[in-house]
Amino acid sequence: MNGPVDVAQPFRGRVFRYGDHVNTDVIFPGRYTYTKSRPEEVAPHALEDLDPTFVERVRPGDVIVAGWNWGCGSSREQAAVCLRYAGVGAVVARSFGRIFYRNALNNGLLAIVCPEAVDTLEEGGEVEVDLEASAIRHGEAAFAFSPFSPAVRSMIAAGGLIEQTKRRLAAG
Amino acid sequence: MTEVGRPADMARTFAQKALASAGGEAAVAVGQIVDARPDIALSHDNTAPIAEIWRQFGQERVSIPERMAVTLDHAVPAPTIRHARNHAEVRAFVAEQGVGHFFEVGRGICHQVLSEEAVVLPGDLILGSDSHTPHFGWLGAFGAGVGRSEMAVIWATGELWLRVPESIQIRLEGKLGDWATTKDVALTLIGKLGAAGALYRSVEFDGPAITGLSLDSRAALVNMMAEMGAKNAYMPPDQAVFGYLAERLVARPGRRPGRGAGHGETAEEAAGRLGERALYPDPGATYAAKHVLDLSAVEPRVARPHQVDDTVGVGELESVRVDQAFIGTCTNGRLEDLGAVHRVMVGRRTAPGTRMVIVPSSSEVWSEALSRGWVADLAAAGAVFGTPGCGPCMGNHLGVLAPGEVCISSANRNFQGRMGDRGSEIYLASPAVVAASAVAGRIVHPREVMG
Repeated sequence: MNGPVDVAQPFRGRVFRYGDHVNTDVIFPGRYTYTKSRPEEVAPHALEDLDPTFVERVRPGDVIVAGWNWGCGSSREQAAVCLRYAGVGAVVARSFGRIFYRNALNNGLLAIVCPEAVDTLEEGGEVEVDLEASAIRHGEAAFAFSPFSPAVRSMIAAGGLIEQTKRRLAAG
Repeated sequence: MTEVGRPADMARTFAQKALASAGGEAAVAVGQIVDARPDIALSHDNTAPIAEIWRQFGQERVSIPERMAVTLDHAVPAPTIRHARNHAEVRAFVAEQGVGHFFEVGRGICHQVLSEEAVVLPGDLILGSDSHTPHFGWLGAFGAGVGRSEMAVIWATGELWLRVPESIQIRLEGKLGDWATTKDVALTLIGKLGAAGALYRSVEFDGPAITGLSLDSRAALVNMMAEMGAKNAYMPPDQAVFGYLAERLVARPGRRPGRGAGHGETAEEAAGRLGERALYPDPGATYAAKHVLDLSAVEPRVARPHQVDDTVGVGELESVRVDQAFIGTCTNGRLEDLGAVHRVMVGRRTAPGTRMVIVPSSSEVWSEALSRGWVADLAAAGAVFGTPGCGPCMGNHLGVLAPGEVCISSANRNFQGRMGDRGSEIYLASPAVVAASAVAGRIVHPREVMG
C-alpha cells in the first residue's frame, strides 16, 4: 500500500479519469462497511467495483478527475479514507456528493471543484496540485480553483478533523 | 415565534429557520456557516468504529449522551463473527456511556424506529452518520447525513458546523391515481431533475396535495430526496403528524426530559405542543428553484441499473426477467408498502425461478402485518421474511445477488454491486410493481397481474 501524501505541500501525480455520479458504493463497497474501517484495511478496496485495476496502478500523489456529483450515495467515510490511503492526493470534479466532500476534507483528501481542469485533463496526464496557490498545473497550463477557507486549510494542515479536534479539546 | 411586522425581504425558508434555531441565532442567511447543536445524534452499526475515533479525543464521557440515538439495523442478526463482534462493541459502548436511546437487533431501521418512538420531533435538527437522515423531514425536522469522524466530534463537543443551504420548493398538486405512489413521485422528480438535481440544497415540499398523503407515503418521498443529492428535505407537518407523534409521546412519558410528554399529559395536549414547535417557511421566502408536480399525472416508474435518475415508465421497459424481488428499507418497508404487496400477491404466487424477500422496516410494522394476517398470506404466496432492519439493501446479507442476477427492489439505490456481485443488476420501483414483478417473473405493471 502506498499510504497518504502530504497535501499541504504541492504534490505531483498522474490523472485517473472517471465519469459522472460515481457513488460511494463503487468507491468502497457496502459489503465491507461494517467489518473494515481502519485505513490499512480499506485502502486495498479503493474503487473495487468501478476499476478493479486501480489499486495496483495508483501511486502517491495521483489525482482523480471526474464529472458531476462524485461520491454521491452512502455516507461511508471509508470512501474518502480508502482513496487517501491508496495514495490519492486530490479528487477534481465538477461537483461532489455533499457528505463525501466533507469526509474528504476532514481526512486530508483534497476535494476540488474545478470544471476547467475537468474539461482539459486527460487520463495519464501529469499534474501538480498546489493548495497554497489554489492551482492545478499541467504543463504550461494552470487551473485556478476557489481557495479553501482559512478554517479548512488549518484543519488540513493540522492533519484533518480528528487531529484538529484533539488540539481544540486540549486547549479547552 | 412571531412573524408580525417582519419585512418581506426577511422571509425565510424552512432551512434558514431550522438552522437558526439549532445554532442559537435569531436569523441566518443562505451560505452562512452555523455552529449547530443537534437535538439528536444518530448512529447505527457504525457506532463502534465511531467510538474508536472518539476515544482518540481522550474524553471519559461523551458530552451529549441524552441526545444520542443508536440502532442496530444494518446487518442484523449478525451474519458473521466480525459483525457479531461489532454489535458487541456497540452494546458495550452504549452501556458505558449511558446512550439515551438504544434500539436492539430486530427493532428496525433507524429512520423508521426514531419516528415510531417519537425521538425526533418537528423543528429538531438531527444529524446522523447515515445518508438517509434527510428522512426526518417527513415530520418537519431538519435531518442531514454526516461522516463518522464528524459524528465523533459531535459526541465530543455537541456541535458541528453546517452551511445554510439554498432551498428548492416542490409544490405538489392533484391526487395520485390507482397504482401510482410517492415512490413513483420520487422517481419522476429524480428522473427529471437528476441525481444531482438538489445537490447541497434543502428540498422543501409544499402544496395542497400533502395533507392528502398518508404518513407512510410522505416518509417514502422525503427519504428518496437523498438520491437527488439533497442536504435535507422537508414537508410541512400537519395535525396528522402531530397526532402520530403525540400518541407515541404519551405512551412513553418522561422519556425525553423537557421534550417528551409529561406524566398526565393527554395526546391532545402533546399534539398542541408539537404544533407550537413546528417550523414553516415564510410566504415569499427565496428559493433557488421552484417546481410544480401534478400527482394525477404520475405513473408507476422504474429506475434502471445503475443510476437512480435513469427512470422510465414501467410499460416502456423491454421484457426484464427477475431473479429476486425485494421489499423493504427505510424507503418502502412500512405497513402501507406491505399492504400494497398483499393486495397484489394474496391468492397468487411468485413465478417459478423468482424468489421474494420481504424485510419489514420495524418490529411494529412486522407485528401489525402479522396480526392482519398478511404475513401468512404472503408466505403462502412464496415470500420469505427477514428480521426488521436494512436487509440486503447494501449487500451485507439476507439476499445478496450472484453475477448476472436481476433484482427488482423497493429500496432507494441501484448502484452497481450494491446488493452483491458487481455483475448483478438492480431495478427500483414501488412495492406494488415489485410484487407484480415477483408474480410475473418479469418487470410488469400491477395491472397486468391483477387483470
